Amino acid sequence: MSMTERAHHDPMVEYAKALLTQLESGDAVEAMHTIASLHKARDQYLFQEVGKLTRSLHESIKNFSIDTSRAGSATQDEMSRMQDASQRLNYVIEKTENAANKTMDMVESTIPVSSQLGGRARELKPEWQRLMRREMKPEEFRLLSKEMDQFLDMTVRETSVIDSNLSNIMLAQDFQDLTGQVIKRVIQLVQEVEESLVNLVRMAGAIDQITGTKHEVPEMKVEDTGPNIGPEGPIINPEKRLDAVTGQDYVDALLSSLGF
Amino acid sequence: MNKNMKILIVDDFSTMRRIIKNLLRDLGFTNTQEADDGSSALPLLKASDFDFLITDWNMPGMTGIDLLKAVRSDDKLKSLPVLMVTAEAKREQIIEAAQAGVNGYVVKPFTAQALKEKIEKIFERVDA
Repeated sequence: MSMTERAHHDPMVEYAKALLTQLESGDAVEAMHTIASLHKARDQYLFQEVGKLTRSLHESIKNFSIDTSRAGSATQDEMSRMQDASQRLNYVIEKTENAANKTMDMVESTIPVSSQLGGRARELKPEWQRLMRREMKPEEFRLLSKEMDQFLDMTVRETSVIDSNLSNIMLAQDFQDLTGQVIKRVIQLVQEVEESLVNLVRMAGAIDQITGTKHEVPEMKVEDTGPNIGPEGPIINPEKRLDAVTGQDYVDALLSSLGF
Repeated sequence: MNKNMKILIVDDFSTMRRIIKNLLRDLGFTNTQEADDGSSALPLLKASDFDFLITDWNMPGMTGIDLLKAVRSDDKLKSLPVLMVTAEAKREQIIEAAQAGVNGYVVKPFTAQALKEKIEKIFERVDA
């Protein structure tokens, strides 16, 4: 609706026009009536607008999703989505920790097996080379044949252990799919919460405007606390950060510039 | 470098302690102990003769940088070689660690090679 259209239909504008005419013609009693009507219209207008905004505000709060007041509902419902998100992230920690431990278990049990195979091969190699150079006596050859036979048996047996450990390592990576899905859901929640918050701020602002409420906003003091050097965990975008290094080479260069 | 030296690994994540322990074992160091933050590490350091400390920075309780400062201000421990292995990668932090007297600084994620080089470098200097 354009401004002129709105003004045309607005009862307040009609009352104001009438009031002007009445005052100009000296009709004081009628003018008082008109002022009273004008007052009433204003109250009604405010009432309607505030009502509309309050309903929107209520909707926004309901959509905010962190409301835990839904008492008496099923257990799943009683849990807020924020709690749910924390639990989901804890699940990610648990899953990744389990996968890391499972992988390390497999690696730790594989290393001695492959070391043993390599060690045995290194022991047999000089003997085998003597055979190749035809330096071996028949009885030595019989002994070597036996040892070689045992070594081949061991290799067949132990490589199947290594194979199975390797496929277990592969299977341990299945957490990626699950944790990926969980993290995506949490990201979605964070985005919803952000949207709802922006909505709330907008609604509250509109209500203040309609009712003419002014809030005392305490002056925000921006304190210069100096550079932030507290721990912050892994930096996910070091190439975009002026205050961070992007790798070990930079750490080494920085330390050597400090005389290390 | 004495392969039998006693090493304390401090990190709040058990998987990271395990990785470091395994890498150290590959390098021939098998005499290791673990702690999950500075406040549990400090009594261990004071009670026993450790030759080397490897610590994370960001840990609940007592952080690695506070542990380093506590070690440097303790008469018995002040010359203990300390290697920081951490995801903290801000210039200011590295400078702070250097000023607090760290002997080496490895940023996560790191390679076995990087860990080996830093340890060797530290003990070249200590032994020299």
